[in-house]
Amino acid sequence: MWSTEGENMIDKTFESLERAVADVPDGATVMIGGFGNAGMPSALINALIAQGARELTIVNNNAGNGETGLAALLKAKRVRKIICSFPRQADSHHFDALYRGGEIELELTPQGNLAERIRAAGAGIGGFFTPTGYGTLLAEGKETRLIDGRHYVLESPIHADYALIKALRGDRWGNLVYRKTARNFGPIMAMAAKTTIAQVSDIVPLGELDPEVIVTPGIFVQRVVKEAA
Amino acid sequence: MSMNRYTRDQIAQRVAKDIFEGAYVNLGIGLPTKVANFLPADREVFLHSENGLLGMGPVPEPGEEDEDLINAGKQPVTLLTGGAYFHHGDSFAMMRGGHLDICVLGAFQVSEKGDLANWHTGASDAIPAVGGAMDLALGAKKVFVMMDHQTKSGESKIVRLCSYPLTGMSCVNRIYTDLAVLDVTPNGLRVAEMAPGLTFEELQAATSAPLLAP
Repeated sequence: MWSTEGENMIDKTFESLERAVADVPDGATVMIGGFGNAGMPSALINALIAQGARELTIVNNNAGNGETGLAALLKAKRVRKIICSFPRQADSHHFDALYRGGEIELELTPQGNLAERIRAAGAGIGGFFTPTGYGTLLAEGKETRLIDGRHYVLESPIHADYALIKALRGDRWGNLVYRKTARNFGPIMAMAAKTTIAQVSDIVPLGELDPEVIVTPGIFVQRVVKEAA
Repeated sequence: MSMNRYTRDQIAQRVAKDIFEGAYVNLGIGLPTKVANFLPADREVFLHSENGLLGMGPVPEPGEEDEDLINAGKQPVTLLTGGAYFHHGDSFAMMRGGHLDICVLGAFQVSEKGDLANWHTGASDAIPAVGGAMDLALGAKKVFVMMDHQTKSGESKIVRLCSYPLTGMSCVNRIYTDLAVLDVTPNGLRVAEMAPGLTFEELQAATSAPLLAP
């Protein structure tokens, strides 16, 4: 088992984007990395649109920008519900139209709570108390607790069936490195989903990624696919 | 009104004066981003951006933009030598864990107790969006608000109780407006500075919360 060369070795790489998303069922909860368009796995999203899954619950910081990526998935009416922190932007017109038409459910969560709820799912945490949101509309109906003189709100983890993320380079074990601020939600979403699919610019041989700088270790990644053939 | 007012650049310049050497600082979207223009070149300040960078630099030269290097407002930025990238969990732990020294935020309203309203007008047809505002408001060691003193129709944005939905309770430390600099204290709002030529009585008349004289 100590060999990393030869036949029949673990290989998480997929030949095509289509195959990488082929088993996403209707009604799945899908995390999508990215902050605006930085880190948005648009190639995987396009493959998901072509695949046809609908009634999805999407977790992303935003609710689509312009016409591509998540915006295109919304436009195709594949999304039943979105969990995000900042849906309304100058170029979120596809979300805006669905929301005003009552065609999409919105769960708005402060961005730090969103990140921590995702991280908590990945770390096996059943819930956590945070001061963020206390006394606001976004904490209404939630359990609160006074701890050492400060008010906290109970928040729950967000688990996902799939995470679609974008990284710069990956290897066949699923180790990933990212590029600049396109990293954003990728590492924590990879931890929180049952199946994490990473779209990468390059698939590199095992050992080429410096173990001291691997950002997402392969244990959190099930599939790696090159973003363009 | 014909009162003397600080310009927006002057407000930004005044905020910059309170940002000390070595401070870890988050500048909110909108007006607060102007503060960066007035930080002296010889003062090392670490600018944090919620989407995962510390050591944020200025806007790139035309043609040098990188779509993978943006700020919280999704505008292209640069990274200073020594800067770092990190994921969202770490980025918000920096805020939520009390590691940022200062954040500067815009606001719709601030109450005399330092309650902040800056994310939602409460209008029934508005699509709410909160982003990182609630985390910043509670996480930074000092929360500075930078805003116009009054709305365009002349209503005070400094109030006894916020009528807009809250971002955070009792979280603001200092307010910088076009008329004054105010400190939130246990006794109420104390005037630290006023625009040149403005009297305390004029400032109080423009403010719907009671003020304490300097």
